[in-house]
Amino acid sequence: MSTSTDHGRPDPEATPSALSRDDRPVSDRGDTVCVIGAGASGLTAIKNLREHGFGVDCYERETGIGGAWNWRHDRSPVYASTHLLSSKPFTQFPDFPMPDSWPDYPHHSELLSYFERYADHFDLRSHIWFGTEVIRVEPAAGDRWNVTTRSTGGYGPERTSQYAAVVIANGHNWSPKLPRYEGLEQFRGEIMHASSYKDPAQLRGKRVLVVGAGNTGCDIAVEAAQQASRCWHSTRRGYWYAPKYVLGRPADQVNDTLLALRVPLRVRQWLYHWTLRLTVGDLTRFGLPKPDHRVYETHPIANSQLVYYVGHGAIGPVPDVARFHPYAVELADGREIDPELVIFATGYLPRFEFLDASVFGDSAGAGRPTLWLNAFTPGHPTLAVAGLVQPDSGMFTLSHWQTVLFARLLQARRDRPERAAAFAQRVRDRAGERYSGQVKESSRHWFEVGHADYLRAVERALHDLEGK
Amino acid sequence: MSELRIMRGREWSRPVRPARREVLSATPELEEGRPPLLFVPGFGHGAWAFAEHWLGHAASRGFPAYAMSLRGHGGSEPAPEATLRAYAHDVVQVAAGLPRQAVLVGHGAGALVVAHALARYPARGAVLVAPVFGGWGVLGAALRRNPAGTLPAVFGGPLRLSRGQLFSRELPDEEARRHVARLGRAGRRAQWALLGAPDAEPAVGAPPVLVLGSPDDRVVPTSALTGVARHYGSAPLLFPGMGHDLMLDARWAEPIDAILDWLEKEPAAH
Ligand SMILES: Cc1cc2nc3c(=O)[nH]c(=O)nc-3n(C[C@H](O)[C@H](O)[C@H](O)COP(=O)(O)OP(=O)(O)OC[C@H]3O[C@@H](n4cnc5c(N)ncnc54)[C@H](O)[C@@H]3O)c2cc1C
Repeated sequence: MSTSTDHGRPDPEATPSALSRDDRPVSDRGDTVCVIGAGASGLTAIKNLREHGFGVDCYERETGIGGAWNWRHDRSPVYASTHLLSSKPFTQFPDFPMPDSWPDYPHHSELLSYFERYADHFDLRSHIWFGTEVIRVEPAAGDRWNVTTRSTGGYGPERTSQYAAVVIANGHNWSPKLPRYEGLEQFRGEIMHASSYKDPAQLRGKRVLVVGAGNTGCDIAVEAAQQASRCWHSTRRGYWYAPKYVLGRPADQVNDTLLALRVPLRVRQWLYHWTLRLTVGDLTRFGLPKPDHRVYETHPIANSQLVYYVGHGAIGPVPDVARFHPYAVELADGREIDPELVIFATGYLPRFEFLDASVFGDSAGAGRPTLWLNAFTPGHPTLAVAGLVQPDSGMFTLSHWQTVLFARLLQARRDRPERAAAFAQRVRDRAGERYSGQVKESSRHWFEVGHADYLRAVERALHDLEGK
Repeated sequence: MSELRIMRGREWSRPVRPARREVLSATPELEEGRPPLLFVPGFGHGAWAFAEHWLGHAASRGFPAYAMSLRGHGGSEPAPEATLRAYAHDVVQVAAGLPRQAVLVGHGAGALVVAHALARYPARGAVLVAPVFGGWGVLGAALRRNPAGTLPAVFGGPLRLSRGQLFSRELPDEEARRHVARLGRAGRRAQWALLGAPDAEPAVGAPPVLVLGSPDDRVVPTSALTGVARHYGSAPLLFPGMGHDLMLDARWAEPIDAILDWLEKEPAAH
């Protein structure tokens, strides 16, 4: 845990620089690694890089840590009632457990306090520059990176510092994905993306249409069922609504018991369908569409209450939206409904506006980089992305191991270059690999991973890197 | 040592059941930025074993000091079916609950628990005091020295350590008897784990490790002490003339001062 490369804070004034970029000074940060973002993924990157002996400068555009889970942040997608979807053992960092005294599915405020404790316990804050936004990341000679920052909101001068490596941990749940509909501009009702939904009071007494059957869409529909005067829930397809508990235990834990026993997918699917039949029953009876896929083939929806409220008539399941009229919404089956408020829970798109898309092998700029293990990019051995995964389970375990792998790769570049070269070759050969078995192809699912398949792949990569 | 494991199916699907734990503490009057110490007692012992002398002494030298009782021990919740895994879980829970990254100090079989906890928590450093890592050699030695106290444990009964095993003759008889009377017992399954103790996974974050004990310890043979120290790439620090319970024996101050001196000198443990 020594930090031979800790140079203190980057300060171009104090560090006379030998480098320059467009005639502007570039301060040389030596072996220090730059981390972009201080959400869960960024925090674990700082911790693991420090633990492996690297100096770290982290830039965070907000004034606090926690990313998506800090509801004070203007880009936070959490709403007052957000609880974890993944139970504790899947969600916590593998080397910093959540307290035993917490419930199976903690509330978002508990999660934020967990990150605060993580940051304090490992003394991470002193490595973070708050209120500082990264606006450009450019490759420099020798696999190094020029990182340009300025104060959030565009105030103050830009500063460029050169780093030995970069971890991008900017999150992917803040840039709303809005579908296009005919007539949407003429619609006179209120329209909102789920990212702006914060509090059930926003729904109270209104006629609400919730679009989208992701976990957020289902959560909001359940809240609308209790608060709104009327709630429609529009879904394009049929989904499996899994309860959060089966057999009195968190459902993900029961599922992983089968995974640990290496029960084959087909058998697990059969068991799962059978359990759902016993607990949730036949969804078409409730007027919900029949799922067009087997369980485990799309991101799971964990919601014990949706079907219950459909059964009470408090949520009206409806098909896809066909078009908008000024005072009505036309549905795919020709029906018209008259919501006052439409909430699009249609997800988010990953964005890396500080990086030339070609660096990521995304020359088309489609926002879909070609990476190995969703983290490593061919031809750029000192760049890693942390947290660009949509797991069927908690996310922080995945970010943790991604950053451990990156820290060890950086060590190998120094101590065992032949291992690092073999790793780089694997990145080139295997970029674009998927880790989710058979999953429905959809723009929403390209970075979806099955936690078991994914972590097994990371484990193999670590063992290959470290092999004696 | 086994390889680093990322796949932890059992931990995800069968997490250890929570249990109420006793934690005693002594903190320095002035916060000096020293790392907190977490003392983990061996089987049969509770946090009380450290509260006698070491907690206060560590605090007086500026180290925030905490001692815990594993489940089923001391003031913690009863847990007759506890396993080694549950004990390691207890240690990691308490360590992660401390305000800053902690140094883990395990005594006796508590040192084995600490070795397992190190694979789940990046400690700032670790100290293994008279470590009982189990195995048949340790059982053989215990059977020779204290057959009546040891034999029942092989069949799931309580392990009873005698005064002669735990303390030197220097400790006044009355004090020794008071301590022996406080001893409890570990879970039967955890005791069995000592025979075929599973290898701990590698420690997270490569913390510095100090091993210490006494050549006159009548529970841990010196060869076992050397074995554990070698495993961590060092030699044991020895305190002749002391019994197994170094923290309660007559000259208790010497080992704790050695530990604190080491922590002050060891750059990685800061
Ligand atoms: C409603 C909802 C529920 C969820 N439930 C779960 C769950 O139950 N379990 C689970 O594991 N996950 C869940 N997630 C996923 C969630 O995104 C992750 O848990 C987690 O927040 C991702 O962490 P991150 O650090 O990768 O990204 P973020 O938390 O988004 O953090 C990114 C950080 O980077 C900063 N940043 C971005 N760009 C820049 C820049 N250019 N310069 C400087 N700083 C920048 C941001 O300010 C932010 O602080 C949920 C998501 C949503 C929306």
